[in-house]
Amino acid sequence: MAQQTVTVEPSDPSGMPSSVRIRTPARIRAMRVSGRVLTYVILWLGSFVYAIPFLWMVRTSFMRLDKLFEEPPQIWPDPWIWQNYIDMWETGPFANWIVNSLILVALGMFGQTFISIFVAYGFARTQFPGRNQLFVLILATLMLPGHVTIVPKFIMFRTVGLLDSLWPVALPDLWGQAFYIFILRQFFLTLPVELDEAAEIDGANLLQVLFRVVIPLSKPAIATVAVFNFINKWNEFFEPFVFIQTPEKLTLAVGIRWFRTQYGTEFQMLMAASIVSVAPIVIVFFFAQKQFVRGIALTGIKS
Amino acid sequence: MTATDMASAPTPARRGRGILGWTWKETQGFLFILPWLFGFIVFIAGPFFFSFFLSFTQWRLVGDIKWLGFENYAQLLSGEDTRFVQSVYNTAYYVVFHVPGVLIISFIIAGLLNRKVKGIAIYRTAFYLPSITTGVATAVLWYWVLQPNGLLNNFLDIFLKPLDIQAPNWLGSTTWAMPGLIIMSFWSVGTTMIIYLAGLQGIPQHLYEAAEIDGAGWWGKVRHVTIPMMTPQIFLTMVLAVIGSFQVFTAALIITEGGPADATLFLLLYLYWNGFRFFKMGYASAIAWILFFVILFLTIVQFLTARRWVYYEGERAG
Repeated sequence: MAQQTVTVEPSDPSGMPSSVRIRTPARIRAMRVSGRVLTYVILWLGSFVYAIPFLWMVRTSFMRLDKLFEEPPQIWPDPWIWQNYIDMWETGPFANWIVNSLILVALGMFGQTFISIFVAYGFARTQFPGRNQLFVLILATLMLPGHVTIVPKFIMFRTVGLLDSLWPVALPDLWGQAFYIFILRQFFLTLPVELDEAAEIDGANLLQVLFRVVIPLSKPAIATVAVFNFINKWNEFFEPFVFIQTPEKLTLAVGIRWFRTQYGTEFQMLMAASIVSVAPIVIVFFFAQKQFVRGIALTGIKS
Repeated sequence: MTATDMASAPTPARRGRGILGWTWKETQGFLFILPWLFGFIVFIAGPFFFSFFLSFTQWRLVGDIKWLGFENYAQLLSGEDTRFVQSVYNTAYYVVFHVPGVLIISFIIAGLLNRKVKGIAIYRTAFYLPSITTGVATAVLWYWVLQPNGLLNNFLDIFLKPLDIQAPNWLGSTTWAMPGLIIMSFWSVGTTMIIYLAGLQGIPQHLYEAAEIDGAGWWGKVRHVTIPMMTPQIFLTMVLAVIGSFQVFTAALIITEGGPADATLFLLLYLYWNGFRFFKMGYASAIAWILFFVILFLTIVQFLTARRWVYYEGERAG
């Protein structure tokens, strides 16, 4: 698909034998140009189709409720209602939700990333009996759907009295996550061992090697993991949804669901709330596109 | 796995050093792994086995746990619980259309983006952003898009109005609710697309040149070069998509709550209801284990059939 040169198939309907190729330069150029044009047309249409629900969401968030169901639909909100955002903010405990989401994100980005670095370093740079078996075990947890353990976790946290708080959401993930450990380990393995050895000759211990040699050289991989962590924690739904009941204690993602059950018909406020929840992701994506693409590409290379 | 197991076969060099016969360096290495091992035992392995135990019991969070033996499984697998049967059917319906759809759409987009187009960052953003959008926001948005007079029907009416055909009431009809959710799922193809794009960029140019010399046209090159070279990525994304699509939850919960008339009742939603609405902890665990075995079975089948069609360059290079 990467190639532009279009040649006529041997089974050309003109009935010519395949040795006689009609590949006049003008014809090839014409086909190449039309292929290019076609590519752009499909890409434009495609990205429009993918972008328009977003644009529709933005549009709706600024509309007056009674204008929502007009036929034919308004393309541009008239009148333009900024007030929707203020109404939305005053209707639900959004400030609480955002703070809760941020706590979860911070624990993930710093705590989980940090511990994943330790574990990945252990796998990449040390030897001990059973190391390879443990690594296989880590990869196996990637295949385990988290929902199998949701009932026992609920019972467990209920027993220790931690339900209806952020703890049951944050605690189980804090100990390093398989996917992040995997990405980091793969990256650490690409660093030359000679650097470690040189530092060790200078008297550095394993921790010092990690902090002075490996971490400074692994900033791109660590950034990738941190960014993934941000998105996953910000978007996390199932576990906070199961574990937290009090509206004020919810995270933003689950809070919007609560908001929808209360004010389901006020689409303009729902859309405004959705935009508030999506905005940080869009911003992070714009600043960290490279980290995203690299991280996902790494997953693909795994096979 | 305990630490003593691992030290059970000490080599002569290791003997007599430290408690487990490990060198200081080995002990340090193990200490680095320890946090993960702790989390694994407490939050993954422990609950995993506890859930297996629970699946043979009846328990409503209060009172004693009652041992049932295989009763939960018998009730589920005999078809006695018609809502469970419905949820299996719905989940299978979704998987069958969602997985190939996502793979094909991602492949086409990745193929187009790989043609050295200008402004690739803009297209990539447009196609990728939906897949990292908060699930709830996506669901709320599509709830709006799929309304009888929503965005999708506004668009369809352009073609259907002249033919005097009524656009479907997506979420209100047992026939159209599931197709509606599947169409929505095609909006989030970004991750698969980027894995493909990375794969396409890794295909050596000389293979296309060789194919061209052999007289291959555009389709010939796609069929005989691109697709075979991409089979590792196709395989990976297929496995991930199957695992993921068995766990649809947010969309069904928020958009349809399983309705109308259980038409979008997915396995995970049914598990959630049993566990956290009816508080049937044992029954919910049994559903979880059936879900787990189905996913495990399909993953193993895919891995076993993989050697027939997945091409790994390293294998034939020698």
